[in-house]
Amino acid sequence: MAPILDIKNLYKNYGSVEILKDINVAIEPGDFLVLVGPSGCGKSTLLNCIAGLEPITAGTIDIGGRDMTEVSPKDRDIAMVFQSYALYPTMSVAKNITFGMKVRGVDQATQEKKLNEVAQQLQIEPLLQRRPGQLSGGQRQRVAMGRALVRDPKLFLFDEPLSNLDAKLRVEMRSEIKKLHQNLNATMVYVTHDQIEAMTLATKIVVLKGGIVQQIGSPAEIYNTPANLFVADFMGSPAMNLIPARAKANGKGTQIEIERAGAAPLVLTDTHAKDLPEDVILGLRPEDIAEAGFRAGEDVQEADCLIDMVEPAGADTYVVSQLGGKQVTARLHAETNARSGENLSLAFDLSKVSYFAPESGERLN
Amino acid sequence: MTDITLSPANSPSRNWGRIALRWLLFTLLGLFALFYLMPLFVMVTTSLKSLEEIRTGSLVAFPREVTFEAWRTAWSGACTGIQCEGLRPYFWNSVILAIPAVAISTILGAINGYVIAQWKFKGANLIFSLMLFGCFIPFQVVLLPMARMLGMMGIAGTIPGLIFVHVIYGIGFTTLFFRNYYVSIPQELVKAAKVDGAGFFRIFWSIFLPLSLPIIVVTVIWQFTQIWNDFLFGVSFSQAGTQPVTVALNNIVNSTTGVKEYNVDMAAAIIAALPTLLVYVVAGKYFIRGLTAGSVKG
Repeated sequence: MAPILDIKNLYKNYGSVEILKDINVAIEPGDFLVLVGPSGCGKSTLLNCIAGLEPITAGTIDIGGRDMTEVSPKDRDIAMVFQSYALYPTMSVAKNITFGMKVRGVDQATQEKKLNEVAQQLQIEPLLQRRPGQLSGGQRQRVAMGRALVRDPKLFLFDEPLSNLDAKLRVEMRSEIKKLHQNLNATMVYVTHDQIEAMTLATKIVVLKGGIVQQIGSPAEIYNTPANLFVADFMGSPAMNLIPARAKANGKGTQIEIERAGAAPLVLTDTHAKDLPEDVILGLRPEDIAEAGFRAGEDVQEADCLIDMVEPAGADTYVVSQLGGKQVTARLHAETNARSGENLSLAFDLSKVSYFAPESGERLN
Repeated sequence: MTDITLSPANSPSRNWGRIALRWLLFTLLGLFALFYLMPLFVMVTTSLKSLEEIRTGSLVAFPREVTFEAWRTAWSGACTGIQCEGLRPYFWNSVILAIPAVAISTILGAINGYVIAQWKFKGANLIFSLMLFGCFIPFQVVLLPMARMLGMMGIAGTIPGLIFVHVIYGIGFTTLFFRNYYVSIPQELVKAAKVDGAGFFRIFWSIFLPLSLPIIVVTVIWQFTQIWNDFLFGVSFSQAGTQPVTVALNNIVNSTTGVKEYNVDMAAAIIAALPTLLVYVVAGKYFIRGLTAGSVKG
């Protein structure tokens, strides 16, 4: 299938400042692309470039197989939901939703029909005659989505649409957007700084930092095999443990040695890793470190560790231990007997391990 | 609950103190109001007296006999130089001068402000600063160049010429008003409308103008007051027959021969000042704040 959105070698400068550098992204119809990164990484700028609201410095943007690089926003067959919702304050909800159709000269009957469809879909029928100022945050959010839905575009663009909602509503609207995506089989591009939103919604994630793409992949790829230290640290909560270690090749594979203050080094043996440099950073997610006996597999290795802190979180209990000069978090089952200040045997699942080069931050395995 | 009933703030002595303070405040404010209303009182009462009564009575006394004779004279009979038609023709000059001048300068200011605040282009800030600078050029400085320019355009001494001068001079202020109002409207509104397919004027007309009532009222009051009350441009760029009411008022007051008709002067001054008062009273109602409140964020 031809990609519905194809961005090639996109550069964006403001004066002499490079905001976006050599962006290449393509998505298929029905994809849910999430652009994620810390604030100031250029993700909203990229979305504005896709919408045509910001001119680009170099490169091309194809939408639906047509070169749209120079085309104005209204002719790109897109709809956009903004962070502040950007509802027209003096118009009623109904007028907000039909404004686009009115501007395009769609006849009254079709306007009515589409308005009613969308209002029903989003359950905002009782609100149609109200002004945006009379709506709650969640209702405004729905109206903003209604304004996008009614257009039936090739591409939906969302610019941090949930960031103004409170935590509970955010989770609710998140699943509603996901449902909407599945029901409509629409193609969406979604900007967020929230990595959980990215993981739950996306079929494809682009991680951006400083205007440079760090990694593109499915949520599972991004989570399990982060391309560099930044992605490893940014995606996932609590963050991936990144432990400085020394690697030595031996007969069975690679011996990994982690320094410990006041104790013998922790030694693990990875039978798969090959050709590692001597200094590496070992990345292991908290859930891949369990209490001994609770995780089985040929790559699971156990070792005694001194527990510094125990944090019960209801469903799980997190324990923290000092390894390689870093606070290393392990996610244990809730009924663990771990006590702070005591030793506990932890199981390290090396089938999930990542190695990174300390200087460049690039993934090694 | 108990701590409220026991609190000293509600004890009788505290209450008396508060009431006394309130009364003091109102008395003081009342005195100030009287002080400022005094001249108006003198003007109105003097205009309702006959010349005879003015000569014999006290300045601040109520008229013994109310007569509108002075008003009639001021409106249609008082002499400005050699003509004795009263203020009426000049009043209409001012009306047909002020209305288009206010309308045109407000519309241009609204469009300028919209462009500068919402359609940022290279040099937008420079242009805005230059317009702002225009607000602070003293009138006297431009008199000669403006006279020359009006002559070259062939509208010297005409009402369109005066309208032109007031529009040019007003744009700086009106642009400033509208720009500062529109700059607080989030740019995402324009973006959303662009994605919806609306163009430059459509966005202005459908989204920005309906939001602008408070600032339009402010601008109209400001511009109307400026243009109606202007004397310098009126006296410099008009001829006999095109003079605005302020110039005629000056001529009435200054060209009396023999007895000074204070009652006519007062009536004429009130007539000349009435429209600005009226605009303020009528339009002041529409100073509605917070029209955009809650339009954007939760």
